[in-house]
Amino acid sequence: MESTSSTSQTPGEPETPGGTQLLRLATAGSVDDGKSTLVGRLLYDTKSVLADQLDAVHRASVDRGLSTPDLSLLVDGLRSEREQGITIDVAYRYFATPRRSFVLADTPGHVQYTRNTVTGASTAQLAVLLVDARKGVVEQTRRHAAVLALLGVPRLVLAVNKIDLVGYDQSVFARIAKEFTAHATALGYTEADLLTVPVSALVGDNVVERSAHTPWYAGPTLLEHLETVPVEADPHDAPLRFPVQYVIRPRTAAYPDYRGYAGQVAAGSVAPGAEVVVLPAGLRTRVARIDTPDGELAEAVAGRSVTLVLADELDISRGDLIAAADRPPRLADDFDATVCWLADRPLRAGARVLVKHGARTVPAIIGELSSRFDEQNLSSVDGPDQLALNDIGRVRVRTAEPLPIDDYRSSRRTGAFLVIDQADGTTLAAGLVGAPLPVLETGVARPAASADPELPSDERALVSPGP
Amino acid sequence: MTTTIPDNLQALESEAVHIFREVAGEFDRPVILFSGGKDSTVLVHLALKAFWPAPIPFPLLHVDTGHNFPEVIDFRDNLVAEHGLRLVVARVEDWIADGRLAERPDGTRNPLQTVPLLDTITEHRFDAVFGGGRRDEERARAKERIFSLRNAFGQWEPRRQRPELWNLYNGRHRPGEHVRVFPLSNWTELDVWHYIARENIALPDIYYAHEREVFRRDGMWLTSGPWGGPREDEPVERRVVRYRTVGDGSCTGAVESTATEVAEVIAEVAASRLTERGATRADDRLSEAAMEDRKREGYF
Repeated sequence: MESTSSTSQTPGEPETPGGTQLLRLATAGSVDDGKSTLVGRLLYDTKSVLADQLDAVHRASVDRGLSTPDLSLLVDGLRSEREQGITIDVAYRYFATPRRSFVLADTPGHVQYTRNTVTGASTAQLAVLLVDARKGVVEQTRRHAAVLALLGVPRLVLAVNKIDLVGYDQSVFARIAKEFTAHATALGYTEADLLTVPVSALVGDNVVERSAHTPWYAGPTLLEHLETVPVEADPHDAPLRFPVQYVIRPRTAAYPDYRGYAGQVAAGSVAPGAEVVVLPAGLRTRVARIDTPDGELAEAVAGRSVTLVLADELDISRGDLIAAADRPPRLADDFDATVCWLADRPLRAGARVLVKHGARTVPAIIGELSSRFDEQNLSSVDGPDQLALNDIGRVRVRTAEPLPIDDYRSSRRTGAFLVIDQADGTTLAAGLVGAPLPVLETGVARPAASADPELPSDERALVSPGP
Repeated sequence: MTTTIPDNLQALESEAVHIFREVAGEFDRPVILFSGGKDSTVLVHLALKAFWPAPIPFPLLHVDTGHNFPEVIDFRDNLVAEHGLRLVVARVEDWIADGRLAERPDGTRNPLQTVPLLDTITEHRFDAVFGGGRRDEERARAKERIFSLRNAFGQWEPRRQRPELWNLYNGRHRPGEHVRVFPLSNWTELDVWHYIARENIALPDIYYAHEREVFRRDGMWLTSGPWGGPREDEPVERRVVRYRTVGDGSCTGAVESTATEVAEVIAEVAASRLTERGATRADDRLSEAAMEDRKREGYF
């Protein structure tokens, strides 16, 4: 668990001519764990903080009677946050090293702001969880890890902060690392997905610079790990998913009959000649070309925005999905899902809403609330009356038209949907197709294999953090 | 099995193109806010790529303070002509002339842009307004959404902003409301310059080092002009400078620089010890919460 996997070498890492790689990560932790200070430290030590920003922090620190600059001021942005000394909204931070560029979603740890953790986790390839070395793994750590697992964040780092305040005691660190690893593996992570690192954000130990005070720690510093951890694109052999965003029809003298389907590859890859099916209509055809303004491509992989030209003239519009013909998603207008409820007004059975999936938005009814996630005990409560702000629960969704859906655990992009208020357009919930609740037996970490015999194994299995 | 991992510029470009196409698919009347600066020029470049080989399916909007660098206006007009774009211009001077706005004592017109912007959005019923804002520019912007909902008064309300999940953007809005859209949210200043170099994007000449008559005010090199200045105690000197941002001439400062081409600018930006806003925008220095306050008022 003091994992040294993937420290200095990353076999198979392809060359990326012309630039560095991008890693999207999220942070989560309790209010007093020093998360803003840790993020401030990463920015400060990677020299991503510029002189005028630093001057402003020095001035503000002096104004408040502090003797040393408070690095958390680098990241606490809104006036109300500075006044209250807490972080209330997801903030995005940017730093770079010669190897990688980082987009960091800094998510508030305060318990009523779980919705922000969900937001930050939805795009993260890795999450950094923070604990105070004096307190160890607390309830909120377990809850955050469960939410990160539910959202399919592929890798976790536990930063055991304030290690200086426990006298750099190896046994304290080892106990926390063991407890966290047991919890995370019970949630479906493998040890290769995890790293536990002893840090002091305030002093700088093992954040960017290796600490002289932790000779017993052989693993990478936090930044070394972020720079070298494998960045998976979606698995290359995942079946193609391509939501059509826009139909490009120039009708100009140079392109009188051009018809291209613009979108971003959501999963898998596509090449000319590929057999595809267009959903929900079910029409089959082949990909004739992959167009970009810079020329045709021989292949486009997940994440790439391109324009597909198809072999046959079909009636295709925004909202349709172009998918691998041999492995299409299922078409469903009635499915089970987990929702993270993000709105002030609660969800009750029978609610009429809109569901946005891919590039398609359809009317829907939340038919039934089957269970609610009990965050305290990491268990589930059957038949809740409602889901309130920050509740996570299992629901039945009925849509006005069939949607081409994948299980969230096998495809993050095409297994995800938004629940939107019909009247005022508010985003009500994050929806995950399939995706059972991350429940453990009364908060006690145990291997996922020892499943409840009453449930089918695939219902009991915890989320395996996919791409 | 090998996997191709896109480099960060390609990932950022694909993200921005995706955002442009979502807006084109979901909104009736989008518009690109265009200042002639490097960020809005990159926006136009990305929009051209997003809809190629079709033309950009919406116009540009320039809020013209009247305190312009002539090079920037020439550049704007050439860009519009070259790509057959449509351009809407809102002239701050028209608002001053008919009394809807009053000139400020300090002669600065950057804060005066908000009213013409909102009036023009209302008049043209624009429902999505693309801006070149980046989250790395300033602390209040670090919490900005990619789709930022504005009420009928153009105001940004931090507590009403929607959570943004995955890449599923929610552009729903009520009549009279609009959405500001920031495709460059996840870009840094250096990313923008690397992309300008890679894509060979033309910019107004003032982004590169040139000799210019300037005077010193508040630690910045300002250029003489009808907006007031230099004062008697501000001697004019000839300096080799360049601009890092393009804004209202009265408050946009130049930095001393010998960078005459993109590669030199990248080297300079990488070594820079001041953020572009801190170095060259007097209007951001007013208070610790200056940007947050202006955003609440409807500024970008």
